[in-house]
Amino acid sequence: MSTGVPGRPSVWRGLIGFNLLTALVLGAGGWFLGTWIGDRIAVGNDYLLGTDQNDVAIFLGYFFAVLGWLIGLGFLNYPLSRLAGHPASLRQHESGGWGRYFRACTDHKVVGIQYFFGVGLFFFIGGLNAMLMRTQLLRPVEHAWPAGQYLTLVSLHGTMMIMMTSALIVGPFGNYLVPLMIGARRMAFPRVEALTFWLTPAAGLVLMSAVFFGGIPTGWTGYAPLANQARGGMDAYIFAFILVAISLTLIGINLLATILTMRAPGLTWSRLPIFVWGILSTSVLMALSAPVLIAAMLMEMMDRTANTSFYLASAGGSPYLYENLFWFFGHPEVYILALPGFGIVLEMLPVFTRKPLWGYKLAVAGMLGVTLLSFMVWQHHLFVSGMNASLRPFYMLTTELISIPTGFIFLIAMGTLWRARIRFTVPMLFALAFFFNFLIGGLSGVFLSDVPSDVSTHGSYFVMAHFHYTIMGGLVFAFFGGVYYWLPKMMGVTLNETMAKIHFWMMFVFFNLTFFPLFILGLLDMPRRVSTYAPHLQALNDFVSVSAFLLGFSMLVFIANLVYSLVIARIPAAENPWQSRSLEWQLPTPVPVENFERTPVITSGPYEYGVPGAPSVVDLTPGAVAPAGS
Amino acid sequence: MEMAGAHVPRHGMRIAVIWAILTAVSVPLIVFVLGPHVPPGRMSSEAIAQKDANVVLTAIMAPILLLIWVFFAYSLIVFRQRGDVIEDGPPLKGHAPTQTLWVVATTVIVLALAIWGSYALLVSDHGAGGGQGPDPVALPKGHENALPIQVIGQQWDWTFRYPTYGDFESTDVVLPDHVLVVFHVTSLDVTHSFWAYELGVKADAVPGVDNIAYVTPRRVGTFEVRCSELCGLWHGHMAKKGRVVSSADFQTWVTQEQKAEAPSSKVLPPFNRAYFPDPLRRAG
Repeated sequence: MSTGVPGRPSVWRGLIGFNLLTALVLGAGGWFLGTWIGDRIAVGNDYLLGTDQNDVAIFLGYFFAVLGWLIGLGFLNYPLSRLAGHPASLRQHESGGWGRYFRACTDHKVVGIQYFFGVGLFFFIGGLNAMLMRTQLLRPVEHAWPAGQYLTLVSLHGTMMIMMTSALIVGPFGNYLVPLMIGARRMAFPRVEALTFWLTPAAGLVLMSAVFFGGIPTGWTGYAPLANQARGGMDAYIFAFILVAISLTLIGINLLATILTMRAPGLTWSRLPIFVWGILSTSVLMALSAPVLIAAMLMEMMDRTANTSFYLASAGGSPYLYENLFWFFGHPEVYILALPGFGIVLEMLPVFTRKPLWGYKLAVAGMLGVTLLSFMVWQHHLFVSGMNASLRPFYMLTTELISIPTGFIFLIAMGTLWRARIRFTVPMLFALAFFFNFLIGGLSGVFLSDVPSDVSTHGSYFVMAHFHYTIMGGLVFAFFGGVYYWLPKMMGVTLNETMAKIHFWMMFVFFNLTFFPLFILGLLDMPRRVSTYAPHLQALNDFVSVSAFLLGFSMLVFIANLVYSLVIARIPAAENPWQSRSLEWQLPTPVPVENFERTPVITSGPYEYGVPGAPSVVDLTPGAVAPAGS
Repeated sequence: MEMAGAHVPRHGMRIAVIWAILTAVSVPLIVFVLGPHVPPGRMSSEAIAQKDANVVLTAIMAPILLLIWVFFAYSLIVFRQRGDVIEDGPPLKGHAPTQTLWVVATTVIVLALAIWGSYALLVSDHGAGGGQGPDPVALPKGHENALPIQVIGQQWDWTFRYPTYGDFESTDVVLPDHVLVVFHVTSLDVTHSFWAYELGVKADAVPGVDNIAYVTPRRVGTFEVRCSELCGLWHGHMAKKGRVVSSADFQTWVTQEQKAEAPSSKVLPPFNRAYFPDPLRRAG
């Protein structure tokens, strides 16, 4: 925190101001202030002092830490200047350069890049946790980590991945691309957009701090009353999930408002890129389901601090209340993970088949159908929980119904591949792998929707294999497809294709070798989240562990490619390397700060490949012909 | 399953033939070769119901999986771009009959699965071994005379109470063969899940709740007991072996246990369908 010599511009000057460094300092200060207040409150309070950790102090510490973090980033500047009587401005003044990536920035393109690196970092940490878990599972007895540490690894991996992958596509690509694709200059609420990003690393840091307070024993589901019983690490889980849920709610509302109100003239609903449809349906899910998670977490927070008993059966509460609230969020959540993936792969198929998207309306219907149905299926997680036995046929029906709109996505892909001119580029390989993996994931889900079959597979490794096939095999493959597809536009450099192909083939092969055997392990009675298991399952587990390590290694190949291409080689990307018709590829690289000099006019659909006489997708300089902003 | 109707029938026909051959080979293999070995086996009526459900679903899923895989593989080989010149494909934007056929076919499959699943759950398999909560809706014949066994989960062990034999509590679970048993699953602290693997029973043990599951063992032998809901530190250690024995052996075992457990039976709380100890024993 040196101030540098006055009168001479110094590199250190850039460190002063509202940025990440200040946020970390104020965040740390807020933590000590909060815990100090919490300890004063606890004096004389038997309930708080009866446990070995004062949960009120921990929660207040997190609260003030996040407050300091946000103040340090400058989120109070604008409200305070308005209170002081300064005029309203659409966006705050922003300088260019590297600094804006470490500040609250209201340029949606900067936020997209921030999300890419921020979420990517936590995603990598979550992956490392998985490597450590698989190390323990090399042997059926406790050897690498004590049971409590193993459980914390499980919980950190699951929670981190769910929290970060929720924004894995919506964050980088939703923020960066949606305004470009709809011909807008910004998001509807740019300051809210900055806030949604900066809450995410705060949540990641809060979650990881759980290791200092005894870890998290509950997995990512955080079931009460196990959560009531857990030590202070549970507070980190609760607070981090609240932060993420706030972020998801806000980003959902922001994207909804942007897509509904800020489309360029001529961008009718039937010309909307399918990726934007995917983001739109995801936003509905985010805005409607994440608040329920906040409610569930607040009640758990009250149970742990204010001596309430929402989830304690012995005092009149019910563990089922938590299970219902959690899965009412939790099931739409898995479609929050799936739908952006659908959007990405369907967006890329027409480009690399040189054909229109086959059955566009059915694809939209599929996404909206999934969105609607996903709110009606949550109790399939609770088929053997002992609640509402008479409702099980209903949830069996709704769960199986959801495979109809999901099936549309496959039909669209098949129709688009039909008599196409398929180019096997790296993004296309990832898109094809998405369909391969997601098909296995989806069809294995049918076993879990059928109650008799679910009784034998519920809570076992079968479930684990199923959702890794849909989330990792689906969302993460779609994400990497999107990275190889759009990074040339977002960062202006070409990624090395040889390393990209090595990354793809390693990831695809070892993903399947890691997760397919888990179906068998589940059918052979291995429950989830155990650190020790029956000795006869060791050979299969060792095979899975070794595959998992190689899967992890494929991620290092990706990181090496990223560093090599972005830092060392820096080969400038062509403006439109894929010969795509879409609007975002018609813009110059790098995309100008305000995206469009004039409000563009959309003149055609984005997928009119091979259509005789189809006009270009956009008129970027409408001039006198079409009045701007009409 | 032709995709584009009359004007290019050749590709569609080839895909259909490859698919039909693979389906004709794989489905009998699944049903007759793999089928008998599918978990959870044949130890109880409920396990058989689950095994049958697993086999039937695999046999239905396989043709769907094959259709999409064959279509993809064929397209990737035949419809790939040849040479370096990028040219556009035919501008096909949809085909209403194909789309309608797909929607109708998937809807019929899904509804058939849901009806079959509900029938199996409620009528033929009476709950299929899953926990039904305190008021079960799928009642097997003769459920009034079922042998009750209370399963009590606690961190981190299972104990079993036999209310018709003087409420004794044992650390072992023993069932008589060919007798309808009703498990009353509950917990003393956090949520567990009682999973008797070969018996095909799975029911969450929830504090304050009497979760009921029915099972009729069909053969003598041992079965694995697991906990399938994360319950804290030693979740993976809540494993033990249960036994299904002949009725005579069961009577002998009960008499022995009653005698052995007599001291503890005196101090146990009276039998109840749920117990409410203080759950806030924070784990150290």
